[in-house]
Amino acid sequence: MAFPAELKYTKEHEWLKVDGNTGTIGITDHAQNSLGDIVFVELPKVGTEITAGQSFGSVESVKAVSDLYAPISGTVTEVNEVLNTSPEEVNKDAHAAWMIKVTLKDPSEVSKLLSAADYEKFASEEGGH
Amino acid sequence: MVDFSGWDMPVEYPKYGGLTKEHLAVRTGVGVFDVSHMGDIRVHGPQALAALQHITMNDASKMAVEQCQYSAMLYPEGTFVDDLIVHKMADDDYLLVINAGTREKDVNWVTGNTRQFDCEVENLSDKYTQIAIQGPKGVATLQKLTDADLSKVKFYCFTYGTVCGLPDTLIARTGYTAEDGFEIYLSSDEATSTRVWNEVLKAGEEFGILPCGLGARNTLRLEGALSLYGHEISDSINVWEARLDRFLKMDKGDFIGREALEKAKAAGVKHTLIGLEATERGIPRDGYQVTDLNGNEIGYVTSGSPAPFLKKNIALAYVPAQHSALDIEVAVACRSQAVKCKVVAIPFYKRSRKQS
Repeated sequence: MAFPAELKYTKEHEWLKVDGNTGTIGITDHAQNSLGDIVFVELPKVGTEITAGQSFGSVESVKAVSDLYAPISGTVTEVNEVLNTSPEEVNKDAHAAWMIKVTLKDPSEVSKLLSAADYEKFASEEGGH
Repeated sequence: MVDFSGWDMPVEYPKYGGLTKEHLAVRTGVGVFDVSHMGDIRVHGPQALAALQHITMNDASKMAVEQCQYSAMLYPEGTFVDDLIVHKMADDDYLLVINAGTREKDVNWVTGNTRQFDCEVENLSDKYTQIAIQGPKGVATLQKLTDADLSKVKFYCFTYGTVCGLPDTLIARTGYTAEDGFEIYLSSDEATSTRVWNEVLKAGEEFGILPCGLGARNTLRLEGALSLYGHEISDSINVWEARLDRFLKMDKGDFIGREALEKAKAAGVKHTLIGLEATERGIPRDGYQVTDLNGNEIGYVTSGSPAPFLKKNIALAYVPAQHSALDIEVAVACRSQAVKCKVVAIPFYKRSRKQS
């Protein structure tokens, strides 16, 4: 399982990539692996305000629905429309299949997120998958 | 693994490809399920048949020895204690295969309601490991492991044979996948169970056999619109509403629930089970509200999921009878959006009945 070092992580299994004032958000390889075959991704519209720790959409496998939680607060500037028709891209490469891009509202929130090493440890302790 | 009525069970076997692949293996080849959680009640004695006729809705007197029958036990209200498969072992000896979640209730119900009959009730649930070998290649897989001639066993019948060296094993051509297949009943000791499980996997290797979990079991039975206790049937849903009246034999004589069902029919069936297919993007799931196209709540989804073989998002739901005609459009409140669905015929999936 991949845990790219340049990303930040949440305990709800999202990743965040920060590039200047822009944050790119997706779900982790560990998450897609435990969800199984992903068949549906519901994402917010461009312009939506998202809040750190709050749900901004959902991802569905055959067996279950999971909320997507925002790693940071911000305004949605771009949505990966490919996932509307090809949600399985998330299974193929969870770190390439980004979901939304946002303009960060408060960059200091980033420091509250987990490092790759901490997330890997967290994910392995949660285990069972 | 998940806790399922006290059983530690896999939702899927990710190492072998997971739920969707498991589901497709059963539709096109063969899959194997550990269904040892199912309960088993033996009713035997001179009045076993009379006792069964009293507590079940189907007509057990029509069964031949080595035949199975889908049936249900009802409350006096005509609602469900549980659904079950009756196996006729002999004229005075029957095996009832029941659900895991209702096991204790069922055993108490059978015991409590057969006291006036000269028969014995035994809970054999812990004595059996039950393995289901399901799919069009199920027969070819199991045939390698038994001396019984499986081509002679018709659907919903059973036989006995030596399976993996175990003599007199009960082999039933039954299942919960809307596919051809078998369920075998072994002694529940762990070494035997593990050995047979592995031998079945080996025998099915050439057909691409996969071990299948609870997830595929649910999506397979949903495509076949087979009822699940606590979802399509429960203590608050009657037989007419559940559309299981083809298994209800009102003219066989009196039985528990009959009187209430007669009255319910005379009064008119108000709610009914329907099949739904999403006509736009979105997945109806268990418990979601069904609305009319103006957003007024009219019912609820009992089971809903993507259907891996049909490649559609389907659901079973209860709605008032006037919304149940085929092709009527309704909506299902899927989280943040209302997803349009149309009423379709059930079962969603029906296998071709050609048997090998």
